[in-house]
Amino acid sequence: MSTATADIHEVPAESRVHYLNARYGIKSWLLTLDHKRIGLLYLGTITFMFLIGGIAATLMRLNLIEPQGALVEPETYNKLFSTHGIVMVFFFLVPSIPATLGNFLIPLMIGARDVAFPKLNLMSWYIFVTGCCCMLYAVMTGGVDTGWTFYTPYSSTYAHTSVLLAALGIFIAGFSSILTGLNFIVTIHKMRAPGMTWFRLPLFIWSMYATSMIFVLGTPVIAVTLLLLGLERILHVGIFDPALGGDPLLFQHLFWFYSHPAVYIMILPGMGVVSELIPAFSRKRIFGYSFVAFSSLAIAVISFVVWGHHMFVTGQSVYAGLVFSVLSFLVAIPSAIKVFNWTATLYKGSISYQAPMLYALGFIGLFTMGGLTGLFLASLATDVHLNGTYFIVAHFHYIMVGGAVMAYLGGIHYWWPKITGRLYPDLWARFSALVIFVGFNLTFFPQFVLGYLGMPRRYAMYPAEFQSLNVLSSAGASVLAVGYVIPLVYLIWSLKYGPPAGPNPWKAKGLEWTIQSPPPTENFEETPIVTEEAYNYPTVGGVSV
Amino acid sequence: MMGLTQPVIHGTAAVWAAFQLHPPTASSIADNVDKLYYFLTGITLFFTILIFSIIFVFMIKYRRRSEDEIPEGTHTSMALELTWTIIPSLICVVIFIWASALYVRNARPPAASTEMFVVGKQWMWHIQHPEGPREIDELHVPVNVPIKMTMTSQDVIHDFYIPAFRVKKDVLPGRYTSLWFEANKIGTYHLFCAQYCGTNHSQMIGWVYVMSDADYAAWLAGGEKAESMAQQGERLFSQFGCNTCHTGDATGTGPSLAGLYGKPEKLQNGQTRVVDETFIRDAILAPSTVHVPGYAAGMPTFAGQVNEDQVLQLIAYVKSLGAQERTNAK
Repeated sequence: MSTATADIHEVPAESRVHYLNARYGIKSWLLTLDHKRIGLLYLGTITFMFLIGGIAATLMRLNLIEPQGALVEPETYNKLFSTHGIVMVFFFLVPSIPATLGNFLIPLMIGARDVAFPKLNLMSWYIFVTGCCCMLYAVMTGGVDTGWTFYTPYSSTYAHTSVLLAALGIFIAGFSSILTGLNFIVTIHKMRAPGMTWFRLPLFIWSMYATSMIFVLGTPVIAVTLLLLGLERILHVGIFDPALGGDPLLFQHLFWFYSHPAVYIMILPGMGVVSELIPAFSRKRIFGYSFVAFSSLAIAVISFVVWGHHMFVTGQSVYAGLVFSVLSFLVAIPSAIKVFNWTATLYKGSISYQAPMLYALGFIGLFTMGGLTGLFLASLATDVHLNGTYFIVAHFHYIMVGGAVMAYLGGIHYWWPKITGRLYPDLWARFSALVIFVGFNLTFFPQFVLGYLGMPRRYAMYPAEFQSLNVLSSAGASVLAVGYVIPLVYLIWSLKYGPPAGPNPWKAKGLEWTIQSPPPTENFEETPIVTEEAYNYPTVGGVSV
Repeated sequence: MMGLTQPVIHGTAAVWAAFQLHPPTASSIADNVDKLYYFLTGITLFFTILIFSIIFVFMIKYRRRSEDEIPEGTHTSMALELTWTIIPSLICVVIFIWASALYVRNARPPAASTEMFVVGKQWMWHIQHPEGPREIDELHVPVNVPIKMTMTSQDVIHDFYIPAFRVKKDVLPGRYTSLWFEANKIGTYHLFCAQYCGTNHSQMIGWVYVMSDADYAAWLAGGEKAESMAQQGERLFSQFGCNTCHTGDATGTGPSLAGLYGKPEKLQNGQTRVVDETFIRDAILAPSTVHVPGYAAGMPTFAGQVNEDQVLQLIAYVKSLGAQERTNAK
């Protein structure tokens, strides 16, 4: 991107000061205002939360090996799937890419010293950790059994579990999202280096911008919703429970008004990561830059008006159903545009298959399947049959795990050398990408069939004829679990034993690759001046339009 | 639990069932829903295979052959962008129209539907037949007869789901929802609760028995001789003293209920509402919300005194008064 500093020479990390060795000690981390260190604080926190959510998932899949439940009572099973959902959605997926890679990369990519409000950034992490603690405390003091959706009046009147604590955790963590979103928006608007115009921004920044908009606009709604839930649960103010004069569906309207855009909070950053990986490993400018950029914004905007497709079978009017159905089809188009542009980028590229690229290609495939199976659910007539079954579970795991988590891992692998200054063993990384791809499909593909056969989700026990598909799914889950553990091992190993990465191991474009790995605390010795488009890889003809 | 063990699938049948990819189809709409489902599966397969094969071909054809290889540049093509915007849009329009037309058609019950009533409660299904018989976690229906289920919940949100019929509808507290189906194959089918409703959600399941007309008539006639729902409602009507005000003639302080069902009623608050199940339910449980001008306000609420099953019986009674009125008019 910036040609001025293109010929950077590698300086051994040990012999120079960078953000990791500038200061030592626990205090230097807990009081850091450096966006890169804060990114790593988030990385540690959400990895821990991912493990909690993953353990819950493992126990669920174990239980479902037998129709009568192989392991736990229904009461415990209900707490397991609730914990899994709440932890994975609110404490892993929502913050995953924005809070870790976003924090680390946004200033680096736009040529800034830090985010706009470094203290607010640190405060966001503390708020997030407080939310996590609340949730973990809820899990330890009896757990929560409402599902991550907290439908009323079950959650407000009937559940006897730690609903309020869990809701409080989400409520608190929400402020971290809002503040992070605010910080990113201001940073992207005000702190771009000279010459870094909007249409020279890497697409990762565009997706972060769209995500931040949803953070700021959507998160307050879930906060208010949970507050109302608390009011009804504590003070018995009739809001949602018809026995108190409330409306049980009002909760679902409010909840999905946030939670459907939240789906895009989870997937848009993944799309941003993939839009970086595909050009980097094809050595080619992305196909249709502005289409990919604007489709992110389109998705962010339309995502706010499709919430009713979660409620097709609640008895909402036929006309409301038709409107929400057509809007849901509309949101599919920008996603399709992205998939086609990524694929077209590969055409006549110089493609290498290092681990990040395998994750990115895996993302395209799985996201395509996740997106297309969404059509079944946007279609009113088929949604009636599939709503509330394992088909839904399979569909959103293809988006959130096959999509968002694959992209997250791809991003972690791509920028790991920049973050740590070390390379990981690429062979192991490719192997784990393959294991995850296979394990994922084995886990979730059978669930499409289960859903079509009519098996409802959130069932601790099930009729015997569904067993073989469930066993298949559980077998897949164990493969998937192995696939997740392998990177944890070699990435930690690489911290000490990995060979030095050098400033730009992938020979990729982008300001973050023009500085040393790990970057110095102040990022850029002097403010870079940007004179070229993003992804300006050398070409045969010398031009790239 | 109770439901899991009933019609038993043994031995080879179980093994065969293990490999099934298709649920039983046993209602008049199931085939049409399946056609759309398979069309969508076709679309999904087509695009998935398309994308996977393109990626696969590019992966091999354009693999990096040397470290300092320089590829051709990217040439953005408006024609391509428009192509892959417009074609998926058109496909979406086709799917939307197809799915919506089917949905709208499936949403409206035929006029001649037989009515049955469902009350969901943690964690069982109460079902009442207008002729009187009641059942729990079981539903007996005649084949080839359109049936409309009017449903409500006594506690949390449930969802009435019969996969073999491809029908599903949430069962909500405080209001009525309905669905209809016409079973077209004699047999036994799953009934599931498809909305998480608490601890024993996964045991809130049962069986639907689709029977021949003769078998169904025999089933109705068998068992203890029950009063019809309307008769049970009539008994409640006097038991709760409804008839002291709703005397049915000019002497009563409350309006006569004869011939009321289905009639638009202008309310004190200015609204005009058609007297339907929800209206009558409101009149019993929250009378002030449906106060009709010209009559004394102050009918007490019966919330907490009558349960949802009884409300349905009272509604059946009021409806039967309407039916009588119409018959008399002829």
